Amino acid sequence: MNTFLQFLQEPLAQRSLWACAVIGFSNGFVSALILLRRSSLQIGTLSCALLPGIALAILLFGLFQFSILVGAIIAGLMVGLGSLFVSRTSRVEHDTALSVLHTTAFACGYIVLIRLGLQQKVDDWLFGNIMSMSNADLWIAYACGALAVLSITILYRPLMICLFDSRAATSMGIPTRAFNYGIFALIILVLVSSLQAVGAFLTLGLLVAPAATMHLLTNRSSLLFWGGGLIGGLGSVMAFFLSYPLEWHLGATIIVVLGSFFMLAYLFSPRYGLFRRR
Amino acid sequence: MVTASHIHQNHICWGGAHTHSREHHLSIKQLSAAYGTHIVLEDISYSISCGHTLALIGPNGAGKSTLLNLLAGLLRPRSGCILWNGNDLSQFRSETAYLPQRSEVDWAFPITVRELVEMGRYPNLGMWRAFRKHDREIVDKALETLGLTELQKRQIGALSGGQQQRCFLARALAQEAHILLLDEPFTGLDVPGVEALSLILKDLASEGRLVIASHHDLATAPQIFDEALLLKRQLLAAGPTATILSPENLIKAFGYTSSAQK
Repeated sequence: MNTFLQFLQEPLAQRSLWACAVIGFSNGFVSALILLRRSSLQIGTLSCALLPGIALAILLFGLFQFSILVGAIIAGLMVGLGSLFVSRTSRVEHDTALSVLHTTAFACGYIVLIRLGLQQKVDDWLFGNIMSMSNADLWIAYACGALAVLSITILYRPLMICLFDSRAATSMGIPTRAFNYGIFALIILVLVSSLQAVGAFLTLGLLVAPAATMHLLTNRSSLLFWGGGLIGGLGSVMAFFLSYPLEWHLGATIIVVLGSFFMLAYLFSPRYGLFRRR
Repeated sequence: MVTASHIHQNHICWGGAHTHSREHHLSIKQLSAAYGTHIVLEDISYSISCGHTLALIGPNGAGKSTLLNLLAGLLRPRSGCILWNGNDLSQFRSETAYLPQRSEVDWAFPITVRELVEMGRYPNLGMWRAFRKHDREIVDKALETLGLTELQKRQIGALSGGQQQRCFLARALAQEAHILLLDEPFTGLDVPGVEALSLILKDLASEGRLVIASHHDLATAPQIFDEALLLKRQLLAAGPTATILSPENLIKAFGYTSSAQK
């Protein structure tokens, strides 16, 4: 216990703790968007598709946070829009096209990163490593989170009409298409910021579980966002305190904690739980 | 009096069809629409005042939904224009309310009946302005008019089909829309449901709104709608529903008469 308290004194530990809270909150907040758009699996494939963009960006511009961010966004857009294009111009369905393109992209990225001699970094990107986050990384995570929370809060009304009833939204004069691209961009931004925390494989959990848990507890969409953020943030901080004494991998612990929250809500939610009082 | 219970919606012309029908009228002028090079509506001209229930009738692919989409501003005309009181309808976005088909709605969406109806106030309030007493009263009134007051805290998926439809109508009332556009509203309703909705639509029209709906059931059309357009890419006939559903017209539109249908 003493060593843990000592560990908490260190700037590295404090930075990680803050990163957990911030990344957990912003991911949980944005998870409501993904739930309401019913696009969890697509986002899951997207997170893996970011890898080749990161690899290519490092190949071209070297290992900087900014180049990684840009590379990831471009790769996400290419695979996302590319699969849409393939499905529209052939008989293959969108899900199928997405599966093929994202695994191919992932494989390419993996080969490039290994050839670049970034074996250790690859592990970090696949499973996350909050401890390795620099101050700059932390600031980028803050910025992504703030942008997500601000833009969703400011545009909340038109956003909800778009998500719920896009035709009525268009009829009211809301630029639905711009909103859809905006939502997509926001999701990718938050994805990239969470990549370092929990990695490409596990980020889907952080981006889906919080809102899914709230969905079992409430009927109000605004609570889905703020409650999702709270669950994401609290869960990640709890995971931080669990992972050190138990010597568990932090990224994986975050996902396990959030998964447990979800199971608890699934079983015991007063309104929609399996064991609710009838 | 009808007006007594709706004092807040002053701009709706109560009993408009009889008193000042010339002031609130929708005119469609030589309207054509196309998807790519495929022309789906050609040279439609028609004019109607508020206070009516108008059916869009025609075979599949006749352009019923396309006309609704044009009126709702979801699609731009290839040529021609739609005028509301002599001005371009697209300037009055909150005057039209589009009601989606029930199959298009995500009924599991975490939203309560009241929140859905409150959405109708958004165009009026803009992005941030808070709900004032006036807005809350309009929402209350809309819920009450459609018999949803008791159900306002329910999630929308926990309602019957008819109640779900009424939620969207209530949203249109909260929006204070003059023109209600409904895409096949009677599909999937049982006989009492059809009767109930039909009464509501007639009420809304008699209060001075213009109700426009695509409709495929020729047998029920004359009881529900007082006016109708018979479409098959072009406008085959327009006028009182019972008269335009003549055997000759139906053969032109469908290739058979209504008695021979099915």
